[in-house]
Amino acid sequence: MQTPPLAIHVSGLHKSYGKMQVLKGVDFAVAKGSIFALLGSNGAGKTTVVKILTTLLKPDGGKATVAGHDVVSKPEQVRESFSLTGQSAAVDEILTGRENLIMVAKLRQVKNPRQVADDLLQRFGLAEAAGRRVGTYSGGMRRRLDIAMSLIGNPPIIFLDEPTTGLDPEARIEVWKEIQSLANSGTTVLLTTQYLEEAEKLADRIAILHQGTIIVSGTLAELRRLLPPAKAELVERQPTLEEIFLAIIGNKEGVRR
Amino acid sequence: MSAHVVGNTGVMLGRSIRHVTRSMDTIITVTITPIALMLIFRYVFGGAIQTGTGNYTNYLMPGILLIAIASGVSYTGFRLFNDMQSGIFERFHSMPIARSSVLWGHVLTSLVSNAISVVIIIGVGLLMGFRTSAGVVAWLAVAGILALFTLALTWVAMIAGLAASTTDGATAFSYPLIFLPFLSSAFVPTDTMPGPVKAFAENQPVTAIVNTVRALFEQQPAGNDIWAALAWCAGILIVAYALAMRAYRRKIA
Ligand SMILES: Nc1ncnc2c1ncn2[C@@H]1O[C@H](COP(=O)(O)OP(=O)(O)O)[C@@H](O)[C@H]1O
Ligand SMILES: [Mg+2]
Repeated sequence: MQTPPLAIHVSGLHKSYGKMQVLKGVDFAVAKGSIFALLGSNGAGKTTVVKILTTLLKPDGGKATVAGHDVVSKPEQVRESFSLTGQSAAVDEILTGRENLIMVAKLRQVKNPRQVADDLLQRFGLAEAAGRRVGTYSGGMRRRLDIAMSLIGNPPIIFLDEPTTGLDPEARIEVWKEIQSLANSGTTVLLTTQYLEEAEKLADRIAILHQGTIIVSGTLAELRRLLPPAKAELVERQPTLEEIFLAIIGNKEGVRR
Repeated sequence: MSAHVVGNTGVMLGRSIRHVTRSMDTIITVTITPIALMLIFRYVFGGAIQTGTGNYTNYLMPGILLIAIASGVSYTGFRLFNDMQSGIFERFHSMPIARSSVLWGHVLTSLVSNAISVVIIIGVGLLMGFRTSAGVVAWLAVAGILALFTLALTWVAMIAGLAASTTDGATAFSYPLIFLPFLSSAFVPTDTMPGPVKAFAENQPVTAIVNTVRALFEQQPAGNDIWAALAWCAGILIVAYALAMRAYRRKIA
């Protein structure tokens, strides 16, 4: 069996904030062109992992490569390879939607910044609001603009840190569609989420981050197999990821519903 | 690489200049207090203050400009702090751009917005009877010293913007700076001040800068004051820059 080339490889990642150990040896790998979901409850350390991979934070130990480059020793090369849509919307509220996109396009030195901006505004349903200050946008529009800004320059890898947290169901489905179409076009997507349903819907592979390590990872089918089959007979339906999650971590803390 | 830095910084500057021009109220807020002080000192206290010079508006002008700059830089701290709070600072830092352009965009914006305030205040001063015989060279020297002063205080503001955990923290540093001109030669000559106050007033940066700018406006020799003014500005700039860089490295570590 041939292993597909890796877009992201993480091994033995450690990180503490002061005395608090957040990552205690995190390992996972993301294949090129796939959608990988890092699932964990609030405070599990998802953002910490994303910040390390996007060169915003240095790990205390372990190794991480993005697009084949080490995040600590080759941060410039790593930054050439990805885009980040962080947990809080990274948009400029005083500029208009179009100006935000043009700004990023100019920073990334793409040709025809205006054209690129207009195309993205169209694609993300923001054409009508393009000339308005982002301060007047709804949460869903901001998120869409935020993701659109991350697509400029067609980076091969995209990090999305809780892309749908705080969105209403309709806006969430729109964002899901965009993520799916990104992956269809060959982009590697690493997304973090607290929503089990979201990981189920989108991801090719899922890793659950809990108490500083990846307690389980695999495809949804592989994760389902971790539950005793008797359960499936009893309840006449596939176990949800939530049930898998509960069965694995064996306690209820951090799981909301 | 350096073309990269210049291009990126240009984009950053364009961005935060828009922040300035789209919230003109900040320019008004920055200029209104110095203008009010200028009016009060000129028309209320002015008659009773003996400066030994004819035109009290001329006497006031340098200190008023420094007050405007000291309060203007608090918005620089504010804008930087807002960037750090929203995700945009991290977005820029995760992009393949010259990271230094993020801070320099704010620094250049601070220079531009304070220059706008200074021009507005000088304009109002002209209406109130401010007159100068300064030629092109003297004007350039005034502009240079005010720019250096702005740059030095801007880097103080950068420390606040980088290290603060609240909006108030990012702007409060400027309050004491705004008061320094009152303990200087900005409004009254230092001769009549009691000993310790006089000692403080004569050995703090504002007095040296005020005396220099005043001398340049009056086409008088600035003497040692110009060197003291330059040394103070350069000293503050170097220390503030070093501390800001330390705060910056701590943030992005
Ligand atoms: N800069 C920081 N300083 C101290 N503690 C932090 C810092 N950032 C995050 N933490 C803590 O580290 C833990 C993991 O945070 P984070 O990576 O943001 O988790 P998640 O994104 O999964 O919610 C949390 O307990 C959080 O409070
Ligand atoms: Mg998070």
